[in-house]
Amino acid sequence: MNLIKKILGIVWLALGLAVGYFGVTILGIPKLTSGKQDDLVFGIIICFILLPIVVGGLLVFGKYALQGEYDLIDDN
Amino acid sequence: MNKTKGTSITSVISASSVGTMIEWYDFYIFGSLATIISTKFFPQDNPTAAFLSTLATFAAGFVVRPFGALFFGRLGDLIGRKYTFMVTLLLMGGATFLIGCIPSYETIGFMAPVLILLLRLLQGLALGGEYGGAATYVAEHSPEGKRGFMTAWIQTTATVGLFVSLLVIMGTRAALSAEDFDAWGWRVPFWVSILMVLVSYLIRKNMEESPVFAKAKAAGKTSTNPLKESFGKKLNFKFVLLALFGAVMGQGVIWYTGQFYAMSFIEKTMNVDKEQVDSLMFIALMLGTPFFLVFGWLSDKIGRKWIMMAGMLIAIVSYRPIYENMYQTTNLANKVELSSSNSMVNNVNTVTTVYADSTIQQEIQKTNPTNGAITTTIKISINSSDKQKLILLVFIQVLFVTMVYGPIAAFLVEMFPTKIRYTSMSLPYHIGNGVFGGLLPAVATYLATNAKTAGKTDWYLEGLWYPIGVAAVCLVIGVIYINGKDKEIND
Repeated sequence: MNLIKKILGIVWLALGLAVGYFGVTILGIPKLTSGKQDDLVFGIIICFILLPIVVGGLLVFGKYALQGEYDLIDDN
Repeated sequence: MNKTKGTSITSVISASSVGTMIEWYDFYIFGSLATIISTKFFPQDNPTAAFLSTLATFAAGFVVRPFGALFFGRLGDLIGRKYTFMVTLLLMGGATFLIGCIPSYETIGFMAPVLILLLRLLQGLALGGEYGGAATYVAEHSPEGKRGFMTAWIQTTATVGLFVSLLVIMGTRAALSAEDFDAWGWRVPFWVSILMVLVSYLIRKNMEESPVFAKAKAAGKTSTNPLKESFGKKLNFKFVLLALFGAVMGQGVIWYTGQFYAMSFIEKTMNVDKEQVDSLMFIALMLGTPFFLVFGWLSDKIGRKWIMMAGMLIAIVSYRPIYENMYQTTNLANKVELSSSNSMVNNVNTVTTVYADSTIQQEIQKTNPTNGAITTTIKISINSSDKQKLILLVFIQVLFVTMVYGPIAAFLVEMFPTKIRYTSMSLPYHIGNGVFGGLLPAVATYLATNAKTAGKTDWYLEGLWYPIGVAAVCLVIGVIYINGKDKEIND
């Protein structure tokens, strides 16, 4: 189980980067540049609140998993 | 270890749950009265006021709640749970009462929307601090082996708060004429809040501090810098991340899907009449609410992890079939048309179509006399058999909510040590629910609109990819990384 946890760390790192890229290009930028005020607020929330939390969180979580930080709480 | 007597724990649960329920009530009445509030404070023909309105909606739900969690969580770990969640209660009650007192835009101009926005931010801040305090307070009073059941009472408060807000609004509407309600009656539900808060304050005032926290404080084992210890040290921060990505993120989207997206889907995508939507949601939520307690209790018997994970898995695989079923219930292409009539009153043209199964569709076209622009609204009145089917389908979704949300307070409390528990559990909870869950309606609507524009036949199901995707990642992380064993909290 510890090995799976570590290997999956790479998946979380990759997922963090993918969410960041697609979040900005598909959700964030189209909303910020649509010219509508509702979209602007939504775009700001996506780019400056949701994405930093998801991307930053997943990158740190992936790094910790890869370093074996979560091995300590393995049931075995 | 806990020696709390049965009667005392009942008082603890009552005092905590009633206060938290009132905070949810305060938070929801703003949403329930959003249409009338926008006409009084945020005129849509004024772009700046409309912008402030959007900010009031989004900011209180997403941005401020996590800050409230940090601010009040820190306070709760420094000075105690009891005083902190008394402050959040008074702050919420005061802000809500004042919203009901602010003169309209017509009277004081721009000060009106600005004040409303500030008070709404205070509401979000208070809500961010309340939940962690109540959950921690109840958990730290609970006897071993009953923590899941006891904290599940706190979990029912969000739904009960929604009920009470709807009841007070409906009662006020019934007691006043439509003109009086529009002129001043909408303020009554805000004023009612202060009475409920005062009662709750008096009950909470006489409660003791959490025994676990009091013991830690007496032994000098409380934290001097909870924020640094919670998020600055890898030893604890890794559990904050695990709580967020392995449990609360998925719970947040499942909660919002079952309780809010379902309602918006039936009303806006299926065009069902608002009053019918309110009543069927009311029944489905009422039937589902006791299951928070059932799954909280069950989590004491078989563990918290697998109930939450099972709830996520079942939700992931069944959301699309459930929503397809819901959509087809009112799909007029599946129904036989009996008659159609047309009426024109004061520039409003209404086309009424009656179907063989008693479904009635009204297409209302309003012509603006100034510029000639036509706006079309479709309203579908469903028959009782369709209504029962929709109640069942929403109830199933509420069951998923109770599976993931019922045990989560006990789960979070057990994840962190006493000295930083309030801070550490509050932040992931409010990010998971406020940010991941709160953004669900906006993201799902965006996905569905894009799919509709692209001409996809099942465009109405596309919005579900957001909760399904988030819950799926959360499920994998939860299953693999979370330890399923119950933990001691008296550390």
